[in-house]
Amino acid sequence: MRCCSSLITKKRLYFILGFMLLGFVLLAVVPAFAQDMTDAEYRPFPLIGSRNAAWIAAQLHLLFGSFILGVPMFAVIIEFIGWKTKDERYDRMAKEFIKLCMGAFSTTALLGGVLVFILVWCYPKVLSKLSGIFGPTMIFYVVLFFGETFTLYLYSYGWDKMQGRFKWIHLSLGVLLNIWGTAIMFVSNTWLTYQTSPATMFGKLSDKTKEAWIENSLAQNPELTRAELLEGVTDKTVIPLHNETTSEFLGTVWEAVNNFTWMPVNIHRLIGNIAFGGSIVAAYAAFRYLVAKTKEDKAHYDWMGYNGNFIALCGLIPLPFAGYWLGREIYMFNNTMGINMMGSLFSWLFIIQAVMIGVLFIGANYYLWSGMGRIQGAEIYARYRPYMIAIIVICVAIWMTPRTLSKISSASELSAMGGSNHPHLGFFGLMTAKNTVVNIVILTTFLSFLFYRRSGKTPTASWKGLGNVIISAIFFLGVVSIVVIGIVGFVVPTDTRVNVLTPWQVLVALGVMVVVTILDIFLYRKATTSGTINWGEMTERSQYVLILLAITFTSLMGLMGYARSGLREGWHIFGVQKDTSVDAFTPALGDAVNMVSIIMVIFFALVGFIFWLGLWGDKKKQPAVPIEAEATAESDD
Amino acid sequence: MKRISLFTICFVIFIACWVFLRFVVGGVISVPIPGSVISMYMGLVLIAILVHVSVEDSRFKEFIRPIHETLVDENRRVRRIILAVLIPLLLLGYTYTNIAQKANPPGDPRDAHPSPPLELTYKDEVIGSMQDVENPHRHYEKDDPEKFKSHVENGRRVYYQNCFYCHGDHLDGKGHFADALNPLPANFQDPGIIPNFQESFFFWRISKGGPGLPASGTPWNSAMPIWEDHLTKEEIWDVILFLSDYTGYPYRTFGEGH
Repeated sequence: MRCCSSLITKKRLYFILGFMLLGFVLLAVVPAFAQDMTDAEYRPFPLIGSRNAAWIAAQLHLLFGSFILGVPMFAVIIEFIGWKTKDERYDRMAKEFIKLCMGAFSTTALLGGVLVFILVWCYPKVLSKLSGIFGPTMIFYVVLFFGETFTLYLYSYGWDKMQGRFKWIHLSLGVLLNIWGTAIMFVSNTWLTYQTSPATMFGKLSDKTKEAWIENSLAQNPELTRAELLEGVTDKTVIPLHNETTSEFLGTVWEAVNNFTWMPVNIHRLIGNIAFGGSIVAAYAAFRYLVAKTKEDKAHYDWMGYNGNFIALCGLIPLPFAGYWLGREIYMFNNTMGINMMGSLFSWLFIIQAVMIGVLFIGANYYLWSGMGRIQGAEIYARYRPYMIAIIVICVAIWMTPRTLSKISSASELSAMGGSNHPHLGFFGLMTAKNTVVNIVILTTFLSFLFYRRSGKTPTASWKGLGNVIISAIFFLGVVSIVVIGIVGFVVPTDTRVNVLTPWQVLVALGVMVVVTILDIFLYRKATTSGTINWGEMTERSQYVLILLAITFTSLMGLMGYARSGLREGWHIFGVQKDTSVDAFTPALGDAVNMVSIIMVIFFALVGFIFWLGLWGDKKKQPAVPIEAEATAESDD
Repeated sequence: MKRISLFTICFVIFIACWVFLRFVVGGVISVPIPGSVISMYMGLVLIAILVHVSVEDSRFKEFIRPIHETLVDENRRVRRIILAVLIPLLLLGYTYTNIAQKANPPGDPRDAHPSPPLELTYKDEVIGSMQDVENPHRHYEKDDPEKFKSHVENGRRVYYQNCFYCHGDHLDGKGHFADALNPLPANFQDPGIIPNFQESFFFWRISKGGPGLPASGTPWNSAMPIWEDHLTKEEIWDVILFLSDYTGYPYRTFGEGH
């Protein structure tokens, strides 16, 4: 052995291995260059294939993009709170959030560039079609991107300079940063939503496009008269923006932008970014908490983690409502696509989604309950916890019960059930049951937060007894109303359920939260504080839950991205441009899960590296003898 | 009297939940629940228990105390040996039951609901887009109730002449041939069938039958005949009216946009 080690040093071994790896990559890539692909509609991406390459780049770009768009939204609010309350902790935290953003910003841009190169190389036909329609928006995007970049630099580097009387200028920059960011997302959403739903409603069309559509339709159906064609067409009728025979684009840029699923995706992503950004900073804080050496650091990162989780919860609570609206719009755009999503090809994905959202809600509640352990006087609420756990778990169980059990049952089990639906549990598989339990889980989570807020405080208002009775009654009536509406949902026409009952359930849940919050603020306005929050005294388990939440959010975004994109099935642009590449098939759910997992690992490796760089920089800046040396010694004891 | 440990209480609750799902819900209250669904629910029960015991440090220590004692305490030697034998045996039994050949094939891998094509056709004639086509006789419900009734009656005749052998007298999927079919015929009395789909979807399913099902989501194994070879367009639309009229469930609509 000694002889061998003297012959092949470690350095030389690495060199040989590296050389072999390079040779292997070159061998794999060479066939791609051996073909004339000047005018090809598709060009293969070496080793992993075009689709996988675009998938990885797009998903990573989206995850980073979501982070850097979400974080400034709450960073500026936190900065504002710090400014108004004159509590410097908020300012420090907001600054730390933006510092994380700075690191991720260039990676987002880099990944965006990688994605464009992959699309230009692998999918020139698709890019040509999209740029032909959306050219002006792409120029606008570049302008917005410059605006975003320079505003972020000013906002970040000018933080210390713009304090005191210049703080309002700094806050205005923060608001401007969010306007740029939101606009950037809205513009890029147009391209991908158009691929899914290249149509809009008749009422939204310009006169010119209306005329073009009428002429094209009459040319395709010569037996029809103009009056016959327009009979039954209302302002809400779905009108494709392309000639159905030649695929020629008939509309205007704005009509393509304002396509069927654009605004629902915008809203869904806007709220999702807040939830995702919150969860990532909470995970960062959890990591820093776990490795913190001083009490001060533990207290700071505990507090940061709490705020991150609170922000994630604020985003998570309205997210199912936004998702529901998006789903409804997909059904409205194309019934086949809707059935594919919820009842056919992607239906099992929504069971996985239910499991993952269940993890998010259980995890968020777990963290809140753990947090109550560090507040003196919170013990009085512990007696309600088992019931709340039971409610959440039962609701999640109903949410994740599949409608059709044929794929997960044996022949004898199916025979015992008398078909693929269980005669009783089968009801849990219907949307009305699922919507009902989602609203109850949200209200239970809100109740957990209410208990957290009240912990350690004693109300002094003269009407505290009556106030608590009113709040309890509002909760009770709210839940009863949601359940009753849910039961009625089984027997009314679907149209009524989707457009009337479900929005009412949402309004009841939101109404309960708004009214109870207002009442609670007045009830606890002059409350005496009977116990302090011992920041930095959380269990380590609770910190791992924060990391789990970030991982779950990331996986969920990846999986739902697969559904949104996969819904087009064999089309680059649904109904307009057919996918004729070798990848013109929908990957199975198992493959998608593997791919999303790989992307998630890459994402966390990159995020970890960026955060580590920040940590490294901090260490370098610290003096040789840490200020907290004394506190460290104390805590080590 | 010795206090029962938290671990034992949780263990008893866990087993009680399993018994409740397996024998009470899946026996006394209703028909058996598939094993996979019970496993899913039991996973949630386990999570609920772990959440409850681990939120507070003191309770978590109390929960793991018996586990810790069993693993390290000298007095628990016998219990340790029993577990050391029992756990591998249970795993062995579990593995055996999972891989042993048995005359219980897996269920039907077909999708819950097939995806309809974008265009609705009858034989080779294009009727329109799946999204927009409406039952041409539906408007009589308001415009001419007598005529509507006659169409429903025609649908009833068509149903009992052709469909009831499989779909049953009461449209509940329990026809004479039903037991011999896998997958079972559709049960129109199920609230998740008629209200979830448009009339055009039913027209497609009836006219094209099993052979007309899409390439994705296979194997369908549907025995449904291609009814456009035997029924007229009007007869298919009428039988669709009858299904809704008999069961009382309205078909899915999308408001004025469609």
